[in-house]
Amino acid sequence: MASNGAQIAGNATKGAPAPAKKAAKVTTAKRATGPKPFTKDEDLRAYRDMLLIRRFEEKAGQLYGMGLIGGFCHLYIGQEAVVVGMQMATIAGDQVITGYRDHGHMLACGMEANGVMAELTGRKGGYSRGKGGSMHMFSREKHFYGGHGIVGAQVALGTGLAFANRYTSNGNVSLAYFGDGAANQGQVYESFNMAELWSLPVVYIIENNRYAMGTAVSRASAQQDFSKRGVSFNIPGEQVDGMDVQAVREAGARAIAHARSGKGPYILEMQTYRYRGHSMSDPAKYRSKDEVEKMKNEHDPIEQVRARLLGKHKVSEDEIKAIDAEIRKIVNESAEFATVDPEPDVSELWTDILL
Amino acid sequence: MPIDILMPALSPTMESGTLAKWLKKEGDKIKSGDVIAEIETDKATMEVEAVDEGILAKILVPNGTENVAVNTRIAVIAAEGEDAGAAGSAPAAAATAASAPAPVAAPAAAVAPTVPAAPRTEIPAYDAGTELPAGAEMVKMTVREALRDAMAEEMRRDDKVFVMGEEVAEYQGAYKVTQGLLQEFGARRVIDTPITEHGFAGVGVGAAMTGLRPIVEFMTFNFAMQAIDHIINSAAKTLYMSGGQLGCPIVFRGPNGAAARVAAQHSQDYAAWYSQIPGLKVIQPYTAADAKGLLKAAIRDENPIIFLENEILYGQSFDVPKVDDWLLPIGKARVARMGKHVTLVSFGIGMTYTMKAADALAGEGIEAEVIDLRTIRPMDIATVIRSIQKTNRCVAIEEGWPQSGVTSEIGMRIMEEAFDYLDAPVIRVTGKDVPMPYAANLEKLALPNVGEVVAAAKAVLYR
Repeated sequence: MASNGAQIAGNATKGAPAPAKKAAKVTTAKRATGPKPFTKDEDLRAYRDMLLIRRFEEKAGQLYGMGLIGGFCHLYIGQEAVVVGMQMATIAGDQVITGYRDHGHMLACGMEANGVMAELTGRKGGYSRGKGGSMHMFSREKHFYGGHGIVGAQVALGTGLAFANRYTSNGNVSLAYFGDGAANQGQVYESFNMAELWSLPVVYIIENNRYAMGTAVSRASAQQDFSKRGVSFNIPGEQVDGMDVQAVREAGARAIAHARSGKGPYILEMQTYRYRGHSMSDPAKYRSKDEVEKMKNEHDPIEQVRARLLGKHKVSEDEIKAIDAEIRKIVNESAEFATVDPEPDVSELWTDILL
Repeated sequence: MPIDILMPALSPTMESGTLAKWLKKEGDKIKSGDVIAEIETDKATMEVEAVDEGILAKILVPNGTENVAVNTRIAVIAAEGEDAGAAGSAPAAAATAASAPAPVAAPAAAVAPTVPAAPRTEIPAYDAGTELPAGAEMVKMTVREALRDAMAEEMRRDDKVFVMGEEVAEYQGAYKVTQGLLQEFGARRVIDTPITEHGFAGVGVGAAMTGLRPIVEFMTFNFAMQAIDHIINSAAKTLYMSGGQLGCPIVFRGPNGAAARVAAQHSQDYAAWYSQIPGLKVIQPYTAADAKGLLKAAIRDENPIIFLENEILYGQSFDVPKVDDWLLPIGKARVARMGKHVTLVSFGIGMTYTMKAADALAGEGIEAEVIDLRTIRPMDIATVIRSIQKTNRCVAIEEGWPQSGVTSEIGMRIMEEAFDYLDAPVIRVTGKDVPMPYAANLEKLALPNVGEVVAAAKAVLYR
């Protein structure tokens, strides 16, 4: 096939500075007892869902390298366990909203790979008919409310989704994802205050991948324990090993139950890591290659599940290969669709401005 | 099937780069995520990762090659079980494969060279005279009461409508516009917020995205600058960015413009700011009847609406028709006074100067036709032009600043669409181009006044 067989990794290979002295500890927050182990079926689901995101993002990076995707493109590789584990703790109708690193969230919500990839390439068949791009996709049907390009905006909007849940007593919980960088925006705390004041059913998921673009947490955050960011609003929080999908699901279930029961918001700091640069054009010179390699080799969320599948669940290599092939097929088809699907009709320039 | 590895772009603007180093050699087995090479541009050195699995069959561009164009084949991967040697020797193996999608030109190149014209239906001039049902009883009512009644009626009609803002509930509204709403509708639907404009504007927009119909009151629009990101980036643009999926039926309302003696930070007209944004509708009523009919329409509208009130007008009384459901169309101007010599166009509190000026001009035998725009976006320029076709002269009046103001837009639209009807240039009367001073004498000078409107009308009449 005429696809580019490689893509940019977005990691510096030279000139990387030593990690900041006060760098936050790597994803070692563990509860005294480990999370409840997944059943074979749960591990299979987690593996499949995370692998879809990983392969999809690799393909998106490749299409970007070929010039088929333009503008900004922020990949979720490395952070897959966060959204997949959280989705395993939700019920139908719970909403998801996030920032611009959003492809993984959409796939985890059940949005079609074809529609997401075609939006990345700006085609007619994209979720926003080519008018939104990487950072702006939505699916009311799948309860995915974007896809927001202004850092921190999704936190207030997600609180608004929770407000609507309470207003209509629909029993749903809103999951508002944001990064360690967005956690320093003022509107996050305005939202925390209202959410606790009004006991809104919202879980704030801080995906701490340790770098806000190129700025390490230690250089940007006076309080690096993000689970404590709700303390002055009386919002409980906890740190979670965001590379371990079991830990994420368990903490997510606890947080969602808290919110759904009417007790108000809950904060989860997901200690995670992005393998790639902030966006496609980021060489990531602010961190060492060793740091990245260590995370990939010792904490990879997909490898952890794969090892369990092959080990204690006694799934055969062939079965794993069959899943891998199935995922690769979905992703390759999405890339093909996103390549051959036409651009939006020029008349689309003038539509969807007002209802 | 062999897979080509192409020279990747680091950014949409990169055209070529240096293939610094291969980290794998021919014959190596590679899998997804393996770093296979390093490429350099003037900006950065980046690693190239494999996406596909197989054997690196052939390296086509050696270490250190400079100026390798983006999308050049740099290597070939043979899939498992394929003859690596054969794959490598086949020129453009993948590109010629039957099932391969044709490489597509960069999207920019495919954009039509001409911009399609904006859809435009001929909008006839509007006759607001038909709005009032024959024989309707009129009642005197302040603008404040009219706004309160509008919200109360719409809240009775639709449980999805709620009002939130600072002091809207227990305090009964900082300017008493929400008086009595808490008592009638309860704390679920009349919600006091903390002083946190950015946050509660975002909460309102999020709620609207689910289909609720929030009325977000800003104590004054000056404070909405804290929230303007949500108004523009979240409320106005999401429908477009979602390809029409996610509307945002929300009303942002509150007093706007200069009040009295509150100085620069509390005296600003935002009509021009919001009126620039596609995806918003902007309303600025003058009379109580328009305030009521347009606020009701705004609450029922599916789009985000900026509803600009005025503190000084809140206490002024007007006739309001006593009818069951007084709804007015958004985007339609009203001829407030008929005349044949000169057209005066204004809106909101600008109408106070304009109506008084028309009286003064009548005393001198000049019959001014006064048009109250009522809605700033979409702007009913057709009704303005119909008047100019009769008078051939126009003055536009606003309290806002002159540069890039609403009256600048009115003047330009008239020039574009009715130049041949003009017997004189359109001129403007606006707030002075200064921050609002506190001192009473200076404040008075900073605002437009009746004398300036009269003088402007005479100027376009060459009298």
